[in-house]
Amino acid sequence: MPMQIGEKNFKNRVEKGLGDDFMRGAVKSAQSRLQNNRKLAAEDLGDWEDWRTLGQEIRQHTIENLDYYLNELSENVAELGGHVYFAETAEEANKYIQDVAKKKDAKKIAKSKSMVTEEISMNDALEDIGCEVIETDLGEYILQIDDHDPPSHIVAPALHKNKEQIRDVFKERLGYQNSELPEELALFAREKLREEFLQADIGITGCNFAVANSGSFALVTNEGNARMVTSLPKTQITVMGMERIVPGWEELDIVVSLLTRAAVGQKLTSYITALTGPKKEEEGDGPEEFHLVIVDNGRSKILGTEFQEALHCIRCAACINVCPVYRHVGGHAYGSIYPGPIGAVLSPLLGDDEEYKELPYASSLCGACTEVCPVKIPLHEQLIMHRRNMMEEREMGNLAEKITMQGFGVLTGSSSLYKIATKMAPFVATPFIHDGSISKGPGPMKGWTGIRDMPAPSKERFRDWYKKRKAGK
Amino acid sequence: MEAGQIHNKDAFLSKVRNHLGVIEVKDHVEKPEWSVSPQKNVLKGKSKDELVEVLKEQCKVIHTDFYQTKKNELNGVLESIIKKFQATSVVSWSDEEMKKYLNGIDAIIKNNNIDFSEWDDSNPEESIKNAEKADIGITYSDITLAESGTVVLFNSLGKGRSISLLPKFYVALIPKSSIVPRMTQATTKIDQEIEAGNLIPSCVNFITGPSNSADIEMNLVVGVHGPIKAAYIVLDDI
Repeated sequence: MPMQIGEKNFKNRVEKGLGDDFMRGAVKSAQSRLQNNRKLAAEDLGDWEDWRTLGQEIRQHTIENLDYYLNELSENVAELGGHVYFAETAEEANKYIQDVAKKKDAKKIAKSKSMVTEEISMNDALEDIGCEVIETDLGEYILQIDDHDPPSHIVAPALHKNKEQIRDVFKERLGYQNSELPEELALFAREKLREEFLQADIGITGCNFAVANSGSFALVTNEGNARMVTSLPKTQITVMGMERIVPGWEELDIVVSLLTRAAVGQKLTSYITALTGPKKEEEGDGPEEFHLVIVDNGRSKILGTEFQEALHCIRCAACINVCPVYRHVGGHAYGSIYPGPIGAVLSPLLGDDEEYKELPYASSLCGACTEVCPVKIPLHEQLIMHRRNMMEEREMGNLAEKITMQGFGVLTGSSSLYKIATKMAPFVATPFIHDGSISKGPGPMKGWTGIRDMPAPSKERFRDWYKKRKAGK
Repeated sequence: MEAGQIHNKDAFLSKVRNHLGVIEVKDHVEKPEWSVSPQKNVLKGKSKDELVEVLKEQCKVIHTDFYQTKKNELNGVLESIIKKFQATSVVSWSDEEMKKYLNGIDAIIKNNNIDFSEWDDSNPEESIKNAEKADIGITYSDITLAESGTVVLFNSLGKGRSISLLPKFYVALIPKSSIVPRMTQATTKIDQEIEAGNLIPSCVNFITGPSNSADIEMNLVVGVHGPIKAAYIVLDDI
C-alpha cells in the first residue's frame, strides 16, 4: 500500500467520510477515550510540561546531528554482525528487501506493524516476487483480511471498523463462527496466527526508536506479535524512517515514556522490546541474520527547512486524537496513510505536494494538536506555513480562495473597511438567506454551504451590540 | 563474530549533511546537558518496601496477579498458581540463578503430575515447541520497575525469549532487591555497561503484564499473541 490511499479527489473523500455514520461514531468514541487516557496519564506525572520540554530538546538535538547518530548506529549494528542498508528511495529499500527474501528463498513473511513499510509499499514488492506477507498486528490483520482496507489511524489502524463488521469479515474470509465479542475475535486471531509465526521464514518489523550508542532498536507494542516476529524466524529485517533514532538509552527512556502516555495513556505498553544485533551464536531463539534498512524517501529534503521539526514526530497520534477535523471526516479522508494534523504537515512534504494540497486547509487551526504534542511540534504553525507557501510561493491556491483570503486580509487589516464590510454583510447576504440561514451561498461560500447551512449574519453587529450593552442599553 | 556489511552509507549521509548545512563530518558530538530531568524525580527516595507497594497497586492496572512471599515459601505459592491456572505443563529459564529459585520444583511437578522442561539453547527447536505447548512460563526479573509494574528481562544464554512469550500464562519471580522506581534506572544501567565497553544482551524485554490489544473498537482485550494472564511473585528476602 503506497502512502496515497483511497480515491484522488479530496472533496469526494471528505463527503464519503461525512456520510459514514458508523465510522463517525467509532472515531468520536475512540477519540474521546484516547484523549481522556492521555490527559489522565499526563496529570498523573504532575510535571508533564517538563517532560515535553525534555522530549523536544532530545528530538531537536538528535535531528540536528542526524548524520552523526545514523553513522554511529550503523557502525554499531555492523560490529554486532548485522547488515545495514541506507535507502534513499522506496524503490531502493524494496529492492534490497526483495534481494534478502530471494537469497533466503523465503515463502512466508510475518510482519509486525510498521508505517514506513506502508509508506514504501513493501508488501506489494514482496508479493511481486511470490512471497506471502502476513500482517500480525490485530488491527492490520483485520484490514489485510478485508481486501487490504487502508489504515485510518497510525496507532489504531482499524479504528473505522466496528466489531460487527470485523466479525463479518472473519466469517466471510476465514470461516469464523463465534460472536462479535472482541475477546472471541482476538482469540481467533491468536490461534490463526500462531502457526504463521512458527512457519515464517523472515520476520519484518518497523522501528519505534533506534539507539545509536549500542546499535539497538526498540519496539513499543502490546499484543506480543512483534516479539514473535523477532524471536522465531531465522532472518529478521527491520525498516526504519531515518529520523527514528535517539543518542542513547537515557533518551530512549524519555521518548518511550512520552510515546506510551501520549498515544494510549499507558505508563508503559505491555512490551518494550529492545533488540541489539542478531542473536548471539550460542543463544537458542532470535534471528541468526539481521538486516536494518534505513529509509530516506523524501525525509532529507525536509531537513534544514522551516518544517524540520516535523521530523521530531514520535508517531503517538495524540494530535490525531484531539483534532476536530479528523473527528468529523475520519482518517481515510486525508488520502494518506498519515492522517490528522501530523499527516497534513507530513504528507505534502513526503508525497506529491500537488496531491496533498488541500490537507493544510483541513484544519481549523485551533491549535489543540500543538498543545498535546509530546515533543512540542508547532503543528498548526506548520500548517499555516504550508498554506503560505502554497498560496504565495507556488501559486497553487485556487483563485477564489486566494481572492477571498486576500480580501479578508485587507478588510480585517483596516478597521474602517472592516466596519463597513460587517455593516454591509446582512444586506449583501439577504438574497441567499432562507429561514434564518444561508444554505446556498455564492462563490467562496459554496464549498461550505454545499454540505451545511451557514448562520445568516445578524442584523446587529457584535461591535454595536457590545457598545450598547456597555452603555447599559 | 564476523562484522556485517554497510551499504550506501556515504552517499546517504552526505545528502543528509547537505540538507542540514553541515560542512564537515563530525568526529564526535557531545550530548547537551538537558535543561530539565523530570524522570529522576519519579518515586525519588522511596524505600524498597514503599516501591513494592507501588508495584502492587500498579498490578491492578495491568491485569496482573500479585503475590508476596519469602524464598522458602515460594514453592507453596507456585503450587497454588499452578492449580489456579489449571496448568499441566510448565517451562522455565535454565541459568544458574533460575535453578536457585526453582530448587524445590521437583516435588511440585511430581505431586501435580506436571510436564516440566527447562530452556535448552542447544536444542532450540524442541525448546520452542515445549514453550509453545506450555501452560505456564516462568522467569525471574533482572530489574523491576515499580512505577509501571514492569519486569525487565535480559535475554541471554539459558534465558530464552520464548519462555515469557509463548506459554498461555506468564509467571515472573521478582527479588525485592531488583525493584527500582522506573525505566530510568534500568536504562542508566545499560548506558553504563555500554560506556564500560561491555556487550549488552541481544534482547532486553520490558514486560508489563499480559499481552493485550485495543484494536477492536478501542475495547481492551487482555491476552492476544503473548500470554493471556500474568502473575508476579515478589520475594521479600532476596
